[in-house]
Amino acid sequence: MSGFFTRALSNRLFWPVVMLVALLVVNAVAVPGFFSITINADGHLFGSLIDILRNGAPTLIIAVGMTLVIATRGIDLSVGAICAIAGAVACSIILDSPDPGGLWTVTVAVATALALSLVLGLWNGFLVAVLGIQPIIATLVLMTAGRGIAMLITEGQILTVESAPFKFLGSGFIVGIPVAVIIGAVLFSLAALLTRRTALGLLIESVGINPEASRQAGVRARGLLFTVYGFCALAAGIAGLILTANQTAADANNTGLFIELDAILAVVIGGTSLNGGRYSLVGTLVGALVIQTLVTTVYTVGIPPIATMVFKAAVVTAVCLLQSPTTNAAFARWRDKLAAGRRVPAEAVAK
Amino acid sequence: MTAVVLVRSPLRRATDAVVDVFTSPKSGPVMVTAVLFIAMYLAAGSLYKGFFSGQVFLNLLIDNAYLVVLAVGMTFVILTGGIDLSVGSVVALSTMIAATLLRDGWSPLVVIPLILVATSLLGLAVGLMIHVFKVQPFIASLAAMFLARGLCYIISNTSITIDQPFFVAMATLRIPLGGRLSITPSVIVAILVVVIAVWVLQYTRFGRTTYAIGGGEQSGMLMGLPVARTKVLVYVISGFCSGVAGVLFSFYTLSGYPLTTIGTELDAIAAVVIGGTLLTGGYGFVLGSVLGVLVLGVIQTIITFQGTLSSWWTKIFIGALLLVFIILQKVLTSRRT
Repeated sequence: MSGFFTRALSNRLFWPVVMLVALLVVNAVAVPGFFSITINADGHLFGSLIDILRNGAPTLIIAVGMTLVIATRGIDLSVGAICAIAGAVACSIILDSPDPGGLWTVTVAVATALALSLVLGLWNGFLVAVLGIQPIIATLVLMTAGRGIAMLITEGQILTVESAPFKFLGSGFIVGIPVAVIIGAVLFSLAALLTRRTALGLLIESVGINPEASRQAGVRARGLLFTVYGFCALAAGIAGLILTANQTAADANNTGLFIELDAILAVVIGGTSLNGGRYSLVGTLVGALVIQTLVTTVYTVGIPPIATMVFKAAVVTAVCLLQSPTTNAAFARWRDKLAAGRRVPAEAVAK
Repeated sequence: MTAVVLVRSPLRRATDAVVDVFTSPKSGPVMVTAVLFIAMYLAAGSLYKGFFSGQVFLNLLIDNAYLVVLAVGMTFVILTGGIDLSVGSVVALSTMIAATLLRDGWSPLVVIPLILVATSLLGLAVGLMIHVFKVQPFIASLAAMFLARGLCYIISNTSITIDQPFFVAMATLRIPLGGRLSITPSVIVAILVVVIAVWVLQYTRFGRTTYAIGGGEQSGMLMGLPVARTKVLVYVISGFCSGVAGVLFSFYTLSGYPLTTIGTELDAIAAVVIGGTLLTGGYGFVLGSVLGVLVLGVIQTIITFQGTLSSWWTKIFIGALLLVFIILQKVLTSRRT
């Protein structure tokens, strides 16, 4: 039992999972039917857990991309702006077309938005990989200019669209499961399979540990950086479309506002170090769920929603402090002392 | 023949010296910013009528006094290679504290020191998280940002007007400079902060240690410099400056509003970077950051004077300018190493 506990404690997912379970327990106590999932007349799944998954999907999608970027010792601050741009592009194409409700129109709009997101991601990759600019400042350029570009596209207006296929992206259901959740699950599995079932993940981690050494060992660091920034921006574009479709409106100022921070938090809570070199996609999943559950908890427990940010700060601080090497060392000392204390009586019994 | 050489060589030396100043990672970016600022100012002055009026220039200082103070604090942090994302929300929090306490009849003599102590303590907490618990500056200051913004909402959900006589006086008072020119008391405070910061960074042990940490923390430690204390203290300074900026901002707007100054931390960081401070730390000047703020201010003023440009062009311009500067820094520093 003690061995299991020690092993669990040393797992970097231990504290995030504890946090998630604690939040779920709080919810279960506060709301009796919290864990119940019902199927309504339309055959859609309903329940608090489904809500958490659905509302957390955009953050998770971006966080998956962010995890890979952070694994290369990078960071992408521009994802929120890319969300806004993707939404703005899609909505303006749909609005300008003669047939806003047409499947073809929406396909073109979504494809254009995603292609543009990818281009923006490659631009970030160019700044980081070719010009060698620090990721935080390279992506700060697009973070600052990006919302301006989004406003340029929407001409400062909030574009409201009436388009059933587009709305489906945000609030539709496939076999009872929300579309956003399915997209999130597919993207997550894809990233996990591609990076963990092939050597890709290992190569990404090696770039994070030492880009120069990996290059000399034959790893194409430059191409990998382009790939991760491109993927992250693409994920941001997808998340931006889901957010926009959910509101059926593109708001250049507010779509995806602060989502880069939530995504980075999800990654950090999941135990991926900002210093790069190793990452855990499962950790990111747990991190994203912690953040969304936290927001839900604030609502269900009856704390005024305006206090959400304070709780977010508290959780971030708690998880960071618990994961800190200083705290781990203190825990180790404490465990040693306990073990030493236990050994003496054990020997006495043996005699 | 020799005469020619004699004539040319001092000239050559002079141009070499100029090239040296512009290509050094230490002063190069600052000089480029200075040239850019003057060029933009002259170009705008020749394009728009009335741009060269002294008051337009002074308004740059009046409108951006709080940003100057923020950029000064941010310079300290970035010089050590850190970053402080919390400054925007801390400004908002300061305006909220000021507005509520003044509404409840507290004296400004108590409120202002209280704000400065509170924001410095928040900075201390961030510094301790970074140094003692080895949390990355980005994440630690992000937590502080959420905390400060959340506290704003908890204090009040709506805007609170400040009508306390002292604050109103500070907002409306104009200090005449002769002619028809005038500045606000906030400008004097900002200039004072800049002067103190320049002195601390250039002439004190603490200042030199700040540069040393940015240059190489390990080396600083091996040299026996008080790295731990300095590293924590720069965040306290940044917190304190945010408090000062918050007070100045509440003089400027005469209200406390929980949604105010969202994204101001990015303006402050942009100003510091445009001002030639390297984000990896070790190189940079407070006066460069002041120039950075002035460049941002000139962009705003040009867009106001132009009248037909929409406000979002500000963001695009700042982004583009940021890009130019980081590429420039990259070119300058790579030539040296």
